[in-house]
Amino acid sequence: MAKTVNVWIDGNQLEVPDTMTIIEAADKHGFYIPRLCYHPDLPPTANCGVCVVDLAGSPTPKRACCTPVAEGMKITTNTKKLRSYRKTLVEMILSNHEVVCPTCVANNKCELQTLASNLGVDMEALPSILIKKPADDTSLSIIRDTNKCIACGRCITVCNEVQQVYALTMSERGIDSHPDTAFAHGMANSPCVNCGQCTVYCPTGALRERSEIDEVWDAILDPEKHVIVQEAPSIRVSLGEEFGMPLGSVTPKKMYAALRKIGFDSVMDTNFTADLTILEEGTECVAKLKAGDKRPLITSCSPGWIKFMETYYPDLADCVSTAKSPMSMFGVLSKTYYAQEQNIDPAKIVSVAIMPCTAKKFEARRPELRDSGYQDTDYVLTTRELLRMIKEAGIDFANLKEEEADEGMSFYTGAGTIFGATGGVMEAAIRSAYFLVTGEELENLDIDAVRGLEGVKEATIEVPGFGPLKVAVAHGLGNARKVMDRVREGLNTTGESPWHFIEIMACPGGCVGGGGQPYGNDIASRARRGLALYEEDRNLPVRKSHHNPEVTRIYERFLGEPNSPLAQKLLHTHYFERSVNTGQVVREVTHKH
Amino acid sequence: MYKKICSKYEPTKDNLIHILHEIQDTHPQHYISDEAVEEVSKYLNLPTNHIYGVLTFYSMYSTTPRGKNIIRLCESPPCYIKGSENILRKLKVLLGVETGETSKDGLFTLELSACLGVCGNAPVMMINEDVYGDLTEEKVEEIIEKYRRAQ
Amino acid sequence: MKYYRSHVLVSINDTSINAGVKDFIQALRAELAKTGLQEEINVLETGPLGFFGRGICLTVYPENINYQDLKTEDIPELVNEHFLKGRPVPRLMLDSDSKFSPKLNYDQRVVLRNSGIIDPENIDEYIGVGGYEAWEKALTQMQPMEIVEEVKASGLRGRGGAGFPAGIKWSFSAPLEAEQKYVVVNAHDGEPGSFKDRLIKEGDPHQLLEGTMICARAVGATKAWIYIRGEYKLCIQRLEKAIAQAREYGILGKNIFDSGFDLDIEIKIGAGAYVCGEETALIESLEGNRGNPRWKPPFPGVEGLWRKPTVVNNVETLANVPFIIQNGADAYRKFGTPECSGTKVYTILGDVAHPGLCEVDMGTTLRTIINDYAGGMKKGFRFKAALVGGAAGVILSERHLDVKMDFASLNQYAAVLGSGAILVMNEHQSIVDILWSILRFFRHESCGKCAPCRNGCQQLYKLINKIKKGNGTMDDVEVMLTVAEMMQATSFCALGQSPIMGIRSAIENFKDEFIAITKK
Repeated sequence: MAKTVNVWIDGNQLEVPDTMTIIEAADKHGFYIPRLCYHPDLPPTANCGVCVVDLAGSPTPKRACCTPVAEGMKITTNTKKLRSYRKTLVEMILSNHEVVCPTCVANNKCELQTLASNLGVDMEALPSILIKKPADDTSLSIIRDTNKCIACGRCITVCNEVQQVYALTMSERGIDSHPDTAFAHGMANSPCVNCGQCTVYCPTGALRERSEIDEVWDAILDPEKHVIVQEAPSIRVSLGEEFGMPLGSVTPKKMYAALRKIGFDSVMDTNFTADLTILEEGTECVAKLKAGDKRPLITSCSPGWIKFMETYYPDLADCVSTAKSPMSMFGVLSKTYYAQEQNIDPAKIVSVAIMPCTAKKFEARRPELRDSGYQDTDYVLTTRELLRMIKEAGIDFANLKEEEADEGMSFYTGAGTIFGATGGVMEAAIRSAYFLVTGEELENLDIDAVRGLEGVKEATIEVPGFGPLKVAVAHGLGNARKVMDRVREGLNTTGESPWHFIEIMACPGGCVGGGGQPYGNDIASRARRGLALYEEDRNLPVRKSHHNPEVTRIYERFLGEPNSPLAQKLLHTHYFERSVNTGQVVREVTHKH
Repeated sequence: MYKKICSKYEPTKDNLIHILHEIQDTHPQHYISDEAVEEVSKYLNLPTNHIYGVLTFYSMYSTTPRGKNIIRLCESPPCYIKGSENILRKLKVLLGVETGETSKDGLFTLELSACLGVCGNAPVMMINEDVYGDLTEEKVEEIIEKYRRAQ
Repeated sequence: MKYYRSHVLVSINDTSINAGVKDFIQALRAELAKTGLQEEINVLETGPLGFFGRGICLTVYPENINYQDLKTEDIPELVNEHFLKGRPVPRLMLDSDSKFSPKLNYDQRVVLRNSGIIDPENIDEYIGVGGYEAWEKALTQMQPMEIVEEVKASGLRGRGGAGFPAGIKWSFSAPLEAEQKYVVVNAHDGEPGSFKDRLIKEGDPHQLLEGTMICARAVGATKAWIYIRGEYKLCIQRLEKAIAQAREYGILGKNIFDSGFDLDIEIKIGAGAYVCGEETALIESLEGNRGNPRWKPPFPGVEGLWRKPTVVNNVETLANVPFIIQNGADAYRKFGTPECSGTKVYTILGDVAHPGLCEVDMGTTLRTIINDYAGGMKKGFRFKAALVGGAAGVILSERHLDVKMDFASLNQYAAVLGSGAILVMNEHQSIVDILWSILRFFRHESCGKCAPCRNGCQQLYKLINKIKKGNGTMDDVEVMLTVAEMMQATSFCALGQSPIMGIRSAIENFKDEFIAITKK
């Protein structure tokens, strides 16, 4: 149990729990301590030294980020000396940083830039000590630019402690130390799953997505091409804030309008294929349950999770739903169903996906995802990239007149939209699976047990005719490990999994916390965006995927029924085992029906 | 080979440094390869990125192949004031290499080292596990000659 | 016991091994046998002799004559002249010019009392001089807290760095309830110019083991680790041998002396990182990680190795403990000053007549150490400066020669005392040059974990480089001070907090040199 202690910050007496560090106590009570490497979501790396404060009785200043409070502690956050130390320190960090702010993706979002500007440092105070190194551009998803890296270690913490992917480490020593992959083989040749959480927590522009903005503009500006765009659930709750709207504003119709203004030929919605996924995956799940299969069914929407599974749990690949992700279902349908309906040559269709995700860039280029006869999804833009395009196009997003999406692959239900929050896929699936098993509609649609930001959530739902359906939801790959280890142990010992159905999302918070989301993507804003999706769900006229009229229509006109042979061909996939050292494919472990 | 070395130690993380030492010492090129790291990674159930981080932190380890004999010349203040710079210059000429390089014949790799703790005999160098103190340019020439002859 | 007319102590160390000391001893013994002197002259293989000669060195007792750089060819002359005819051979002596012989003051020694006298590879010799009596006493006649109190009363302060009182350190861990506690011996000894801990280990490994055992008993640790640099092969071998002997004699192991107390000691080696001399970085390295320091608190005494209470002590600190337990705190307090009890081991290097190892009372002045223990300055040279404490040390000038060397008197310079390195420089040597060498060292050894130290060491190196080349200005000198002061205030561990020591003392004590070399 935490005890309460009395501390004084700049002469103000405060009561705080003794489990807090000085910076947490200061933040809680509104005292600002300058900082750079500290991030409230992560354990302190205690690297930068900017947050030093004076403690009465201590001869040297102490770091506020990792010094716990103690009874009677007297803290001074600013003195002439501290100010001068911080200035010199930031000047020195800048002397080992490639200062190219106007062209940097992190411009105006960069924590180093902000701190330097706030402290009023002298850029000329110290000579540059930067030794330029080439960027790691091996990855399809992420670029790592060591010249902008300040070696704060956040990316390493998030990669190893939060996500437990073990791709990045601190390499070398002293002035040469920098985050790197084992043997400096590059992100593409490491166990990196492209989740992009490192890009989210990087305080500078050193880690960023591989941009495809130019390619997308080229396609849009090419009159020969028909450019169709889809947007993941999270996008609609992640754009407004950049334009002065409140965090978590629900703006699907402004989003459609902006995309049309940019020049996309057809504006559709990933939420449609989210609903379709529920039908495909739900049918798969029900079949499994009815067959009394002891192995669980695990969701397959999250590409970071899929590569993680292929790397660390290939023995359980058969438990993962064969359903493609909503993005890839959309991609393949855009060049088959849509092309057919609109009578467009699929060779001329450029299918673009706006995703909160960096791993989707990797997914789009998986060689097996070419069931349309073309690369199903041509380009993936992150939320951050879309924001840049909106700005480049000079669109006043906040005051944009709302527009509807184009028809055919854009109608969505509340179930589709909550895919963007952790637990959402599970909740959407239960809403439909209940119907598929019992033939009756689920009354209470809000399944609170699977909502919220707890790392692993468990629930048991009574399904008439089946019995208790045990489900688990994990978000963040560190939590995925916990769940998967229990599944593996259960299957290896009693032959039974602790759960029937499991949702796993690679990113903490689910897709709203994805690696492609706007800067400042901390746990608090993830929570807010997640709530926004549930709010949209509540306000939508249709809230169950199996009631989506466009989904009904596609089965009638094109696919037949869920899990039909054509659905199997276009909407389902198979998995590989990957090397834990290089991330490269070792062999195929499941096969396509 | 790496498996055999690993198996001499309990598979716990604290043995990592010992295992890496033995792998490097027994390798004819005195380095730790990707394959070795992968083997150790399996044995200790430690991700390769951790092992690589450790490898690159400590100055005694090398991730690239080196010569048959590793020369580690001390460059710390006590040796410096006794003229280690001259010794370094001499070694570079004798071996035809810059610091960190391996001689063409593959016999020597020239490295600089922090204090070797034999300052009483500064300037000092180690060749493999042998310490040579009170170095002069003539003495260095003799020593290198001795190793060449031993070939 | 056999009576010998003379004892010949031959130092076995890295340098002498390289010079072929093993063959030399064989040849020497053969020659003595040939001349029928084997019953009169005893040849002993031992540790450091107290001076650093070239190649193979030996000391002859009771004459107290030191020879250096001996070759097998010299043996007939040595035996014939010195041992047979009693005429020492000046040609082979350590210093044939002066009659100086290092002051050996065995009666004043604590840590080095057996060093150079007994065979370090033979536990019986250690037991023969009273070794392991303190361990038996601590185990069978004293309660753990009594040991802690005795060490507290002795005033023993840590000999690794800042001089934290050892007994108080122990008292933090001793009362803690924990399933496992550890003692870690910091035998890293990485400070350039300081290798006293290596010599203590090589000269008398059992004394270190005994001190470690007593510490383990006092704090309730059943496992101790000795963390030693990977480069110190001889040292590692000697300690391994000593541990094996102690196990064999039942001095280590299960239910030692029927006390019910179990203890084992193991050696862990490093792989080349100065920062691992910092106790938390050392713990990280022991666990198989990069040697990045950990934040304190929690202190290792509460949460150390594998998050268990861990007492980390320096080699010299622990080597004092058997004496304290054997003879009592009062006997120990007779050494040193009232505030700083005990002795201090130094390695004196550089332009002195006889570089060497010595153990003197705390509070002995630098002048005394140089003149009485190192034979003064080398012939023809004048004292200019001394780098005390290695790279993390200070550059003292002539006016500091009479400052007492103890934690209290050195006050702002106190942190440098622990490593016991004294590097003496003559009037021709450049202070800017030595500072350059120090800052190059830090640049190489910064662990890179924290921004102030990582970038600061590089900035300092660049600045001193510019100054050394004659391209700097006094503004650059000021910038160095600003950067180093900021590093002292904001660096994560002692490494980044250290460069200021050398920089400030160099600039304060030798400002003229900086003015002379910089552009106006």
